[in-house]
Amino acid sequence: MKQDGLTATRGETMQENIFKINDKEYILPGSRACQGCGLTLAYRYLLKALRENTILTIPASCLCVLHGLYPITPVTVPCLNTTFASTAASASGIAAGLTALNKSDITVVAMAGDGSTYDMGIQSLSGAAERNTDFIFICYDNEGYMNTGTQRSSATPLGAITTTTPINTKQDQKKDFVRIMEAHDLPYLATTCPAYPIDLYEKFVKAKRIKGTRYMHIYSPCPPGWMYPTKDTIRIGKLAVETGMVILYEIEDGRLRLTGRSKTLAGRGKRQPIIHYVERQGRFKKMSIEQLNTLQAWVDRRWDEYVRRAEG
Amino acid sequence: MSNVQIITGNEAAAVGVKLCDPRVVAAYPITPQSSLAEILSRYVEGGELKAEYVRVEGEHSALTVCISASTVGARVFTATSSNGLLYMHEQLHWAAGSRLPIVMCCVNRGVGAPWSIFNDQQDSVAQRDTGWIQMYCRDNQEIIDTIIQAYRIAEQVYIPVMVCYDGFVLSHTMMPVDIPDHEQVLKFLPPYKPHTILSPEDPRTINSVLFPGRRENPEGVLCDGYMEMRYKLQAAFEKARAVITETNAAFASSFGRDHGGLIWTYMTDDAELVMTGMGSIAAEAIAAADMLRNEGIKAGVVGIRVFRPFPTDDVIQAFERAQAILTFEKAISYGYEGALCSDLKAAFYGTGIHAPVHNYVAGLGGRDVKPRELAEAGRNALAMLDVRTMKNETRWLNCYTG
Ligand SMILES: Cc1ncc(C[n+]2csc(CCOP(=O)(O)OP(=O)(O)O)c2C)c(N)n1
Ligand code: SF4
Repeated sequence: MKQDGLTATRGETMQENIFKINDKEYILPGSRACQGCGLTLAYRYLLKALRENTILTIPASCLCVLHGLYPITPVTVPCLNTTFASTAASASGIAAGLTALNKSDITVVAMAGDGSTYDMGIQSLSGAAERNTDFIFICYDNEGYMNTGTQRSSATPLGAITTTTPINTKQDQKKDFVRIMEAHDLPYLATTCPAYPIDLYEKFVKAKRIKGTRYMHIYSPCPPGWMYPTKDTIRIGKLAVETGMVILYEIEDGRLRLTGRSKTLAGRGKRQPIIHYVERQGRFKKMSIEQLNTLQAWVDRRWDEYVRRAEG
Repeated sequence: MSNVQIITGNEAAAVGVKLCDPRVVAAYPITPQSSLAEILSRYVEGGELKAEYVRVEGEHSALTVCISASTVGARVFTATSSNGLLYMHEQLHWAAGSRLPIVMCCVNRGVGAPWSIFNDQQDSVAQRDTGWIQMYCRDNQEIIDTIIQAYRIAEQVYIPVMVCYDGFVLSHTMMPVDIPDHEQVLKFLPPYKPHTILSPEDPRTINSVLFPGRRENPEGVLCDGYMEMRYKLQAAFEKARAVITETNAAFASSFGRDHGGLIWTYMTDDAELVMTGMGSIAAEAIAAADMLRNEGIKAGVVGIRVFRPFPTDDVIQAFERAQAILTFEKAISYGYEGALCSDLKAAFYGTGIHAPVHNYVAGLGGRDVKPRELAEAGRNALAMLDVRTMKNETRWLNCYTG
């Protein structure tokens, strides 16, 4: 276990858990992702949690690029590339094939960006979830089509500049996709952020033990797409949680539980205003006061609702 | 001992699939394919077929499930029609590019807009260039037998195979079918051996991004680039011709039925007028040829059983002596002519075949075509024999406009 990924984290539970993390690396040096990529950090920890005996399937995305150019890959877990709309269907096929061949001890994992999850892939994901396919679906949410050059997706937040909302900024709220997945009544669903790797790791360890469709959401800061310095990925991820833009929670058998920093914030902490998060990212530089207020109100409303749900 | 049953084309397909023991089936209902998906569900739920049946939410997913299940080592099956096939288009290329021996039935139907549930072949002909072998059946016996052959062909050359048969005309029409014996089918069809298995035992990233050039792997071996992979797919198609012919011959010696390898012929040896087409319309041309023969006209039929790989050498041989050629097609390449007509003429280029080729588009959206109408087209073609320059003109049979 390299310490450097964690020295920036704080919180009581970190120290005692740090040694529990699997010290094997599943991504070798030489990935093609950008410096400071939140996705890569999350990927590293979730693969540690999932361990061997895992099969992945991924669509066109930054993750596909991270996997490198044929015939070389830094990733040591078997992985099948699939088309943009079909990630969950591909996992269904892998799961069905393995079951048919009596190899059901393998964890099947589909992992896609927000673009292919929220937009084109929603159909196959909803279908696979409704069939309670035995797999983990991971959405890493960098709030845009990053691989194709930072275009708007339905996960892009209000007021953000993207290459397809270059002048007016995005005029619509981010789709609350996790809630759509919740409506599928899954055995397990969790939100995570690589700025809190222990929280992320523990949720994946838990997800691996559960059968049926599990949905994991990773909020993944992206320096070039969000226009902040590469050294700030952890800081941005933390600010997202500190402001309540992102809420860390899990839902198991219908029961919602806040976790990690979101839990302590709800207990005795003080949520920061979203301006602290917004002002550090170039993508929000054209955000109007009205948009900021609308976004703050949206965050407040959501926060109150999730805290209330967690309480009872 | 034969086991003859009177069944529909979709029933014949379902029985054929069951005999081949696929491990994963995924399908989405669409008329006229639906009853095939339903019968297979019943086989799986009733324990007659030991397979995982994935009841997907659309055809794009149906083929994706087959692609991924095939990649982990399972024999797979899917079926669709019309807009369902078009919805799969992206995955058709993906399956062929992945060199997976998937077998699918396309129960041919016209495509929208406007909606038609009735038969033509625009759906599969429009997928001609997706890298799938395409086989067309003329009756229900051929459906069952072609499916069995299709698995053996696909698994030998690692190219997916589309078994096409006409919606309603075959799918919902009862005919006597001799059902092959299961043990004998398994002897004819060896177990599926994947070219690469996706497995934690041998971790690899499959179908990753390529740059235009070739590239060395970590051991210093220069590996194929995109272009080399595409070339190999084309080379496999070239090889597939012999494999299809050989498979048909092996099938004929095991089961006693010969459906022709790449093409079949009817009274072409002395024929001056040769009619051709794919699927049931070619079978109808046989009735037309009989009518013409009764009038003393030497007519014959060539059935194009395999559209891709195109049976170039076979058609050159079969049409060698023809004075006039007619193609009857249930599809058109808009802005030109029927695709089969173009392909045939291209095959004849540079050979001694200079007979006029008359292109007829017929039966679109289920429009009735009768043998006597095909025969009439044949007579017209003969009447024009002395017209020296022929205009490249496509005629629309039984179409009352313009
Ligand atoms: C059918 C189809 N349409 C468009 C694309 C182009 N495309 C490739 S990746 C991508 C965006 C990916 O965005 P996202 O899923 O958010 O992942 P990220 O790149 O952000 O990692 C798009 C639009 C494609 N591959 N397939
Ligand atoms: S664009 Fe963003 S998500 Fe994609 S590799 Fe770079 S940092 Fe990671």
